[in-house]
Amino acid sequence: MSDIVAFNSVADEAAPQAQADRVIAGPRGRKPRRALSGRNIMIYGTLIVVALYYLLPLYVMVMTSLKGMPEIRLGNIFAPPVEITFEPWAKAWASACTGLNCDGLSRGFWNSVRITVPSTIVSIAIASVNGYALANWRFKGAELFFTILIVGAFIPYQVMIYPIVIVLREMGIYGTLTGLIIVHTIFGMPILTLLFRNYFAGLPEELFKAARVDGAGFWTIYFRIMLPMSLPIFVVAMILQVTGIWNDFLFGVVFTRPEYYPMTVQLNNIVNSVQGVKEYNVNMAATILTGAVPLFVYFVSGRLFVRGIAAGAVKG
Amino acid sequence: MQNVSVSVKDLSLSFGAVTVLDTLNLDIKDGEFLVLLGSSGCGKSTLLNCIAGLLDVSDGQIFIKNKNVTWEEPKDRGIGMVFQSYALYPQMSVEKNLSFGLQVAKVPKEEIDKRVRRASEILQIQPLLKRKPSELSGGQRQRVAIGRALVRDVDVFLFDEPLSNLDAKLRSELRVEIKRLHQSLKNTMIYVTHDQIEALTLADRIAVMKSGVIQQLADPMTIYNAPENLFVAGFIGSPSMNFFRGELQLRDQRAYVHANGVDFDVSAYPSRAPLVHGQKVVLGLRPEHVRVDEAASGAAASHRAVVDIEEPMGADNLLWLKLAGQSMSVRIAGQRRYAPGTAVTLSFDMAVASIFDATSENRL
Repeated sequence: MSDIVAFNSVADEAAPQAQADRVIAGPRGRKPRRALSGRNIMIYGTLIVVALYYLLPLYVMVMTSLKGMPEIRLGNIFAPPVEITFEPWAKAWASACTGLNCDGLSRGFWNSVRITVPSTIVSIAIASVNGYALANWRFKGAELFFTILIVGAFIPYQVMIYPIVIVLREMGIYGTLTGLIIVHTIFGMPILTLLFRNYFAGLPEELFKAARVDGAGFWTIYFRIMLPMSLPIFVVAMILQVTGIWNDFLFGVVFTRPEYYPMTVQLNNIVNSVQGVKEYNVNMAATILTGAVPLFVYFVSGRLFVRGIAAGAVKG
Repeated sequence: MQNVSVSVKDLSLSFGAVTVLDTLNLDIKDGEFLVLLGSSGCGKSTLLNCIAGLLDVSDGQIFIKNKNVTWEEPKDRGIGMVFQSYALYPQMSVEKNLSFGLQVAKVPKEEIDKRVRRASEILQIQPLLKRKPSELSGGQRQRVAIGRALVRDVDVFLFDEPLSNLDAKLRSELRVEIKRLHQSLKNTMIYVTHDQIEALTLADRIAVMKSGVIQQLADPMTIYNAPENLFVAGFIGSPSMNFFRGELQLRDQRAYVHANGVDFDVSAYPSRAPLVHGQKVVLGLRPEHVRVDEAASGAAASHRAVVDIEEPMGADNLLWLKLAGQSMSVRIAGQRRYAPGTAVTLSFDMAVASIFDATSENRL
């Protein structure tokens, strides 16, 4: 009480000073925010529910793949395994049977690698040069070429399957990996060319002009000026192609023979084989293994992916 | 001709139905600093790109050093170019940026080093050689861009609005530097800008362009003092020339421009052809050629006007007045102040005025 009296007397003596003090004593600095406001509960609640909805199947898959068959027969799909076993994973990879073959997914994995790697590299190499030529060297007929390419992107795959089978047969590469790689490269061309064209068109035109004044030609400008500036869009193209080709089922089953089936086809054959008991744990493990590659690619390059998409895909 | 550096003959360029340049002719002397001046879309950058070989012409010819280069690649024309956005290669260091063109041309290593060193000395960018363009300020970037043209030892420098991306202070600094560079190198330089100050300060000759046609090609003082037509007169000068539309009247041995009830005595005007009574004309008066409350030399009559707005600009003071029913600007010394509403006496220096025919818009 005495403190207050003392304070008051001081304040009375120096009224203007107190005025200034009151201003300083008011709210200052960052505005405090409540962590548990109604708005936050709504936002985070919704996010958590949606995340759970998407994660639940994955949870069930992982749990089931780690159980033995007796435990699965109990029917408790959400319960964590009592006894953890990696047997189903090993079986899915190395010894699950599809028809006569009993070497699991491993064959399909290596087939997919042998399909995806060359298809990705070849299609990106060609499409980036296409995009560069279309964006910077406005050659005669460029518009027409581009239009045809884009229209190609809108024709349904089903229409083209049979003609392509015939073409590949006539070329003598039907049923081979080479044939499938060519098909993947061609089908990736429209969207990749569009992607690269838009990215290169977004780079300052004066850079290209400066390089021409400096005496650089088509390939020198491409390799020394354009390529070093385009890492993000190459990452985007790579992710699109790797995931797209890895996940492809239709072309894999149509254009190859059983010994060249990619992983997705192999997975289907394992899961759908009707002989004997349905081994849910092996099926789950096989599915996760097949999806691991695109998942890995997304996690590793996700940040670059977003940057590249923002840079390349928006501008027309 | 011996001393012609760049020569453009009957040059035409059209994109589809749009004609950008129409049978344009231009001779640029050896060592001359020529400025192409005009507002955006007038074809000045297009003309520069044609000279550089970055755009294919529809018709006509281009000669550089008496060699027909109409169909040559940019690199074979002996030109260096500086761009508005600098156009430095972002992934290369300053040194690499400077040497890229020489490397492409397979110049020996020692020669490259020598030329890079010389260019960086001239432009004072030696401490920056190891840096990336992103680590440089705008002024430094433009200096490197000029250096890139410099190392290539070219006959003709082409500048495409090189200072437009810089702030006002840097712009005037670099302007002086470009002028100094030209004085020491004595190369031919062609410089595109929409900034009349750059044009007037830098140029040996200015080509004022409008919709693909050169309106006037002359030295800066002629352009400023004796504009060839109404467009050039209005384009050059800030604030722009005051125009009065009226009719020529000859009486009592004197000539007058009668505009909105006001008679301007133009007897002192040095016209090229005899003035014709009754001709519709436009009288142009620059703001600094109007005297306020003092007699102009050779001015017979004076006019009364009231100050509307005063704009003090430091060294100058700009007055906006009403005369002959329209607004006009007058430039006086900075220390002479007039409050709005003050009545003043105006007289005009007709010896430096401009009179244009109202229909042809050409100078009389």
